[in-house]
Amino acid sequence: MRYKDTEDLKIKSTKTAKIEAKDLSYKTLNEKIREALKNGCKKIVLDNVCGQRYIGDGLRGNDVQILIKGVPGNNLAAFMDGPKIIVQENAQDGIGNTMNAGEIVVHGHAGDIAGHSMRGGRIFIKGDVGYRAGIHMKAYKNLFPVIIAGGTCGDFLGEYMAGGLLVVLGITHNCTNPTSCSPEIVGDFVGTGMHGGMILIRGRLDTRKLGREVRIAPPSDEDISILTAHLKDFCKYFHLDRERILETSFIKLYPYTHRPYGKVYAY
Amino acid sequence: MAKAKKLSEFRVERDEEKCIKCQVCVRMCANDVHTYDPETDTVRADSFKCVGCHFCEDLCPTAAITIEYNPTQTKENAHWKRESIYDIVKQARTGGILLTGMGNDQAYKNYFDHLVLNASQVTNPSIDPLREPMELRIHLGRKPDKIDCRLQMTEEGRKKYQIRTRIPPQLELEVPILFTAMSFGSISLNACKSLAKAACKFGTYWNTGEGGLHRDLYPYAHRAIVQVASGRFGVNEEYLERAAAIEIKIGQGAKPGIGGHLPGEKVSEEISHTRMIPIGTDALSPAPHHDIYSIEDLKQLIFALKEATRYTKPVGVKIAAVHNVAPIASGIVRAGADFVAIDGIRGGTGAAPTIIRNNVGIPIELAIAAVDQRLREEGIRNQVSLIAAGGFRSSADVTKGIALGADAVYIGTAALIALGCHVCQKCYTGKCNWGIATQDPYLTKRLNPEIGAEHAGNLLRAWSLEIKEMMGGMGINVIDSLRGNREQLRALGLNEVELRLLGLKHAGEAW
Repeated sequence: MRYKDTEDLKIKSTKTAKIEAKDLSYKTLNEKIREALKNGCKKIVLDNVCGQRYIGDGLRGNDVQILIKGVPGNNLAAFMDGPKIIVQENAQDGIGNTMNAGEIVVHGHAGDIAGHSMRGGRIFIKGDVGYRAGIHMKAYKNLFPVIIAGGTCGDFLGEYMAGGLLVVLGITHNCTNPTSCSPEIVGDFVGTGMHGGMILIRGRLDTRKLGREVRIAPPSDEDISILTAHLKDFCKYFHLDRERILETSFIKLYPYTHRPYGKVYAY
Repeated sequence: MAKAKKLSEFRVERDEEKCIKCQVCVRMCANDVHTYDPETDTVRADSFKCVGCHFCEDLCPTAAITIEYNPTQTKENAHWKRESIYDIVKQARTGGILLTGMGNDQAYKNYFDHLVLNASQVTNPSIDPLREPMELRIHLGRKPDKIDCRLQMTEEGRKKYQIRTRIPPQLELEVPILFTAMSFGSISLNACKSLAKAACKFGTYWNTGEGGLHRDLYPYAHRAIVQVASGRFGVNEEYLERAAAIEIKIGQGAKPGIGGHLPGEKVSEEISHTRMIPIGTDALSPAPHHDIYSIEDLKQLIFALKEATRYTKPVGVKIAAVHNVAPIASGIVRAGADFVAIDGIRGGTGAAPTIIRNNVGIPIELAIAAVDQRLREEGIRNQVSLIAAGGFRSSADVTKGIALGADAVYIGTAALIALGCHVCQKCYTGKCNWGIATQDPYLTKRLNPEIGAEHAGNLLRAWSLEIKEMMGGMGINVIDSLRGNREQLRALGLNEVELRLLGLKHAGEAW
C-alpha cells in the first residue's frame, strides 16, 4: 500500500514543505501548514502524523496538495475548499465534513460519517468506510460530491442524501471472486431519508437492507459514464484495474421522490 | 355523514356605509379573504380564510373593516377549548401534523410577570442616566481565568503595564440585545436586511439562522452571527470567513429535539442560492447533527470551526431550554464554546409542529437561573457568555433576564413586531401580508428595509434608554454589575421551589 511520495505528488519545481508532525499538537501542526502555504509552498508533506485532528480544515486553493504519512485524526479536511489531501494509511471519523471542493485520497480505511454534508469534491477510500458515509451529501450547480469506497461500508450509507454520487465497490471484501460479491458490502438502512443523488453498489444487494425512501434500478449509460470517469482516477491512485472492476454489474439506488416528507403536515 | 362545519377563527366586519369599493383589501390580502362582485358592486369577505393579521384593517382608507374574534362558532367548556376542537377537526380531515408559527401561545406561568426590580432609596444614591455616564456595552466571548499583567519601564523611564494574557475573540455590543436567528427563507430578504442594517447601525449583531448568507447581506456580514445547523445549508469557508461569530445550532426553543424542513416549493432561486441546494428540493435539517452524538463530538465541531477560522472569531452553541439544561450547558462550556445561547419554551419559529411548540421545553427564566447557578458553582461562569432567548417582550424582561444571570438577550418576535408583524402565527403558510414571513415578491416589497431598519433601531434605542433608567434607579451604572445580581430581583407570588430554582427572595424580604 505504501509507495514513494514523488510518484504520488508529482513533485516538480513547486516549492515543497516537509513538516515533522511527531509530538505536535493539532493546533501547532495546522499553524505550520498555514505558514508553509503563506510562504508559497503548494506541496506539503506531513511526516509521522499520529491522530492530530482538523488537518486541513477550511483550507483553500485548488493547487495545494498535502501528503499525510501516518494516521490523521478526526475531521480531516472539514470545510475544505479546494486542496488535495493524500493519506497514506487509515483515516478516522469525519473526513471531508462539509467540504466544498477538493480531493481526499485514503490508502487505507476511513471511519464514520465520511463526507458529512459535503457539497463538492471527491473522497476516494481504498478500503472500507464506517457508518453513515456520505450522510446528507448535496450537490449544487457545478458542485458535485463523489465518494468511492473500494471496500465495504457500515450502516446508514447515504442517509438524507440530497445529491452527488456514492459508490461502494466491495473489492477488498471479496477480491478473489469479484463476480460474486457478497451482499454484505453495505450495512443496513441504505439511503434512509435519501431525496437526491445516486448510490451505485457493485454486485448484488439484499433489498431488506434498503431504506424506505430508495428504489433500485439498473444504471443507465449516462450513470455508467459518470462512474467510469471517476473510477478512472480512483484506479489510477490505487493502481487498480478499472476494466476488471467494471466487469461486475452495478446496482443503482435512487430516491423515489424529492419530497419524502411532503405529506406529513396539515396546513 | 353530514359535512363537518367549517370553522372560522375570525369575523371580518365591513361597514357598508363607509366602504367606497376601492378594493384595496381585495388586491392586498394574500389569503384572498376579500372579493369584489361587479354585478352587485359589493365587496365581500370570506371570514373562513382570515388569519387575523389586520393588514386590510390598517390599509382601508375609510376604516370600514374590523377584524374580530368569531365568538359563536363552537360551544366550548373549561376542558374542551375551542383550539382543541378546531385542531381535532382539522386532523380528522387531513391526517397530518399540525403546524404553527411564532412562539408558544399557551397560558404557562410567565415568571417575568412575577418578578419585580429593586431601586435605591436613601442608603445608596440612584443615578440619573440622562446626565451621568451609563454603560450598556458588553463583550460576548470567553474570558480568561486571570489576566497576566506585567509592569514595564518604557525607554523614557515611564511605567507601562502590558497585558500578556491572550484574550480570546470577543463580540462587542453597545446594547445587550441581539437579533436572534431568523433565516432568509423563514423571513424575507427585506426583513433580514432591516434587522441587519439596524444591528450594524446600533452596534449589535444579527443572526443568519441556518439558511446561509445572501449576497445582498454581505455588507452587514461583519455584524452577523452565522449558524451551522444539522443540514449545513449554505455553510462553506467563505460563509464562515465573512461572519463575526459562528453559532452551532443544536436546538430551538419552539421545537427542541426535532429537525426541520423547508418544503421544496419554498426553495426558490434565491433561497436555492443561499442554501446551496437545487431549486425545488426539500431542505431537510436532521434532528441531530450526525457528527455530534456527545459533548466530545460537539467539542470536535467547535474546534473544527475554530481551526477553519484560525481562532479569530467566537464559536458558540445554541440549545433549547430542556430539563437537563444546566449540565448540558456546563458540558458545552467545557467543550470550548465561547458563548451559549439558550432558547426557552416561548421561543419563536417560522414553522413548527404545534404539539412540540406548545409542550416541549422549559421557560427561559428558570433556564437562565439554573445555568448561571450551575456554571458559578463549577467555577466556569467566566469561560462563557450566556445569551438568553425565548419570548422577551420588553426592556423589563431583558433587565430581569440579565439580573437572573444572562449576559445578553436575543429578540426575535419583538423585532418582527417592530417591522410590522401582528403575531397572527401563520408564518408557515408563506402568505405574510406584512412582507415578513414570505418570499412572494408581491408581498415582500411591502416591507421597506430602510424603514424596517429605522423601526428596529428605534426599538433598540427605546429599550436601551429604559434599561438605563431601571439600572440608574438601582444605582448601577454598568450593565456588567447587573448580570446575575439577583438581589435586584424579588419574586411575587412564587412558591418555595420556584424561589429556590430562581435563586430569589420573595418580595418583602430584605437583603
